[in-house]
Amino acid sequence: MGLFNGGNIALTDIPVLTSDEFRGEVVRHCQSGDRLVNLFGSSDGPQGVRLFAVLGLEDEGGLLVLSTRVLAGSPSYRSITRDLPAAHLFEREIAEQWAILPEGHPWLKPVRYHVNYRGVADIWPEIERRSIPGVYPFYAMDGDEVHEVGVGPVHAGIIEPGHFRFQCHGENILHLEIQLGYQHRGIEPMLCGRDLKRGVLLSESIAGDTSIGHSLAFCEVVESLAGVMVPPRAQAIRVAALELERLVNHVGDLGALGMDAGFLPTSAYFGRMRGDYLNLLLALTGNRFGKGLCRPGGVVFDMDAGMVDEFCYKLKCYKKEFDDVSGLLFSRPSVLARFEGVGVIAMEEAKILGLVGPVARASQLEQDVRIEYSSGMWQYYHIPISLSATGDVLARALVRRQEVLRSIEFLLKILPGLPKGPVSAPVGPMKADSFAVSMVEGWRGEIMHVGITDDQGSFTRYKVKDPSFHNWFGLAQAMRGQEISDFPLCNKSFNLSYCGHDL
Amino acid sequence: MLRILITRFKQGCRTLSFPKGALPVLPVRYRGRPVIAGQGGALDLGAMTFIPDSGVRYSNDFRMAVRRREDLILKGDEYALARAVNDGIVKMFGRSLKLRQVSAGGCNACEADINVLNTPVFDLSRFGIQFVASPRHADGIVVTGPVTRNMREALVKTYEAVPDPKIVIAVGACAVSGGIFADTPQCSNGLGDILPVDLYIPGCPPHPLTILDGLLRLIGRLSKG
Repeated sequence: MGLFNGGNIALTDIPVLTSDEFRGEVVRHCQSGDRLVNLFGSSDGPQGVRLFAVLGLEDEGGLLVLSTRVLAGSPSYRSITRDLPAAHLFEREIAEQWAILPEGHPWLKPVRYHVNYRGVADIWPEIERRSIPGVYPFYAMDGDEVHEVGVGPVHAGIIEPGHFRFQCHGENILHLEIQLGYQHRGIEPMLCGRDLKRGVLLSESIAGDTSIGHSLAFCEVVESLAGVMVPPRAQAIRVAALELERLVNHVGDLGALGMDAGFLPTSAYFGRMRGDYLNLLLALTGNRFGKGLCRPGGVVFDMDAGMVDEFCYKLKCYKKEFDDVSGLLFSRPSVLARFEGVGVIAMEEAKILGLVGPVARASQLEQDVRIEYSSGMWQYYHIPISLSATGDVLARALVRRQEVLRSIEFLLKILPGLPKGPVSAPVGPMKADSFAVSMVEGWRGEIMHVGITDDQGSFTRYKVKDPSFHNWFGLAQAMRGQEISDFPLCNKSFNLSYCGHDL
Repeated sequence: MLRILITRFKQGCRTLSFPKGALPVLPVRYRGRPVIAGQGGALDLGAMTFIPDSGVRYSNDFRMAVRRREDLILKGDEYALARAVNDGIVKMFGRSLKLRQVSAGGCNACEADINVLNTPVFDLSRFGIQFVASPRHADGIVVTGPVTRNMREALVKTYEAVPDPKIVIAVGACAVSGGIFADTPQCSNGLGDILPVDLYIPGCPPHPLTILDGLLRLIGRLSKG
């Protein structure tokens, strides 16, 4: 059944295939150029679980939703991962959330360490009793001079927790396994029900550095189900905030890369300049991360002419500073030597792993929700896609630089011409028995939220997918054959979210 | 080399004069310490996420850090901002404080705004405060997040690895009270009954100035206010 970004369909209109048909269709589509965007389970009453696959269609810019039923009596199905590696983490998530066994899954391990949603025996029975990482079956290697390095969950910097286990031969990394779940707060079940006021606050805290991205996705799911036409002015302010969020993080990332290449002046300057964009968000929303801006129906804060002028003036100054400092960073041979050829992900590999966002674009995959699945303001204003070909740290840095410039350009275009009118519309009750989907190109890549309603029009299942969910495995792959000392640099070039993954 | 010097020259000095001179003024929409004067009632700043659409009136004052959990309850105009007390902290850590940060379910907003203190704008190291890589090098820990079930053990172990005497600082609504995640199955209600807390910094997330102000108060580097 076809669907567009921001659309919804009745649950009864989603085809229910047999388990083998489902698997076959998903694999066939993905082999012919479509992409697995989401794969998750939802309670199907006492009879079991209904699995949904959301596929991104290559040519039409649309989405295709397929489903199958897994009965409570025989809670297993044949795994898709062997034919479609991009499904690997999705299937682990399904196994953990619903205690359904994907038979023949090659890498079946816990994801977030929580008991399942069905209240039956878990696939990993020890999950409830023991804390991580004690129970995690790490991949291990054996042999003379092969050694293991474990890092985390508490790291050296001011960052979130996660455990990294390196299998090394000397300085050479043969394999890296990344084990997360420490940040798991149980957000998806909290988003069920009909308390939208609390829901939007939770969505702002899925990943604080992507507050705008996730709260926007949440609002769009609600608006789709409630049939709200969001006023154009509100839509424009939302995308302006989304681009500011991108600027904050991309500029910060370039600083972090400068730091790990050992070129401290650029790290200090970018670090400070990141604050300039945070302060623009503060001026607009009263919060440096944009918390409090997006609400179902529109936005809480408007921009008057004075604020628009001030923003445009500042953005022009910031652009000059950015040109200066990024010129400095990318002109140093020692920096380039550190960036080039490190952590390479080839285009084909990125595609197989299902990577998204700047990481995918650095491997020349043309993936950008703003272009491919444009909705709202993106249908009227276009932003060119930023690609790079080499798939290394340098490519990921260059994509960020290009996106910073394009976001500033975009803001300078959209802000002076903000559509007139109100900034919010009333939100009525949500449609019953429906499946709504929204996608947002957050600064890390493709965010997707799916809301499924019951016969009363309240959420029975809310699915959140942060781009990091796709990309963590990419980081592990990028480290193969590198040296341990390349890890910090490579990690910064991905800069993935722990809490966005852990939910 | 010349280019580095030219860029350096263009950047100039960006460090805030705070805590010297007048308090920095934040934008009008910034949601600082709430105002309830004249309306009666009380507000628990530790549980608040400082949202714009809750009917609460906010001032522009970023100073909110306190020493005791009960001091976070705002009644009228009274608010007991953190003060250095004679409990050894000033003598021990007043001129050199090394901290280890632990994120225990934080959404990375608090973490990011703690990190910002290391930028030239806030330049934390000029006060002798430094975030260090290991708890064994630290005088205390700064905790963010509601303390998830999966981070609880790692948090307690990190605390235990810090040599005595040590301090604990809770940053953000989640660490103080659980915030928006309070009373949910996978999260604790903040640090409350897990570790003894010496400084509470409310906010979602707190502005870097709120955090800096709190740290300076704790070690007796703010003479007034």
